[in-house]
Amino acid sequence: MISDFVLFAILAFVAIASALGMLLSRSAIYSALNLILNFITVAIFYLLLDAPFIALTQVTVYAGAIMVLFLFVIMLLGVESLRSKTTLSWQQPVAIALAVILLIEAVYVIFIRSGILPQAVEVVDGFGSPKAVGEVLFNEYLLPFEVTSILLLVAIVGAILLTMRQHTGREYLEMEKTDGTD
Amino acid sequence: MVPIEYYLGLSAILFTLGALGVLIRRNAIIIFMAVELMLNSANLLFVAFARLYESMDGQIFVFFVMAVAAAEVAVGLALIVAIFHTKRSINVDEINLLKG
Repeated sequence: MISDFVLFAILAFVAIASALGMLLSRSAIYSALNLILNFITVAIFYLLLDAPFIALTQVTVYAGAIMVLFLFVIMLLGVESLRSKTTLSWQQPVAIALAVILLIEAVYVIFIRSGILPQAVEVVDGFGSPKAVGEVLFNEYLLPFEVTSILLLVAIVGAILLTMRQHTGREYLEMEKTDGTD
Repeated sequence: MVPIEYYLGLSAILFTLGALGVLIRRNAIIIFMAVELMLNSANLLFVAFARLYESMDGQIFVFFVMAVAAAEVAVGLALIVAIFHTKRSINVDEINLLKG
């Protein structure tokens, strides 16, 4: 039991430190790398919580696919270190004060207002395994699963359209221009 | 398993850091990453409560949140690229017109 606490403390420290690193680092690349470390730490938390399938999905989808997309866009645009010319200087202290208030509210609601939560008991064998996830996903949640595929299709079409429009718009303007001179 | 309150506290801290990131950073990509951090702290709670109540539904919901986050990132980064092409900047203070 004591090893569980030590493991939780170390992982929580890494998670909070990497989140702070993401917030404070000047370079967007370092922010992204800190966030990848945070996602991998959360994946280990999922393993501790008997969710191996979700843990591996976290590593492949979040730390893998999504963060590679972020790094790719950062390098494509070349915005590693944005000059920090803030036009609203009063905003930063106000934001920190609001964040502290949010944290105090959350702690108040979680630890003082909420009743006593039950203690976790041992789970049955195979809880959170791919088989268990698949059985629930394809029986009870079949319709949401299919709707998700439509959502992803719409996202693909939207992403292509958003990056294409710029190009075709300019071509259209040039076409107009040449038409005008003729 | 450590008591669920520990996970609640950790999740609250991570969510607050994400909200703080949205408020204090001016780079649109970093704001986006802070939003991902907030989604992730909510996911951690879903999995923790799925473990507490021995129900698979929380884990399934995390699965759907990941799918929606992937779609959101694809569209959002495409928007950022399109804005960068017109404004040559992704500083959110400089993006203050609805009509580029």
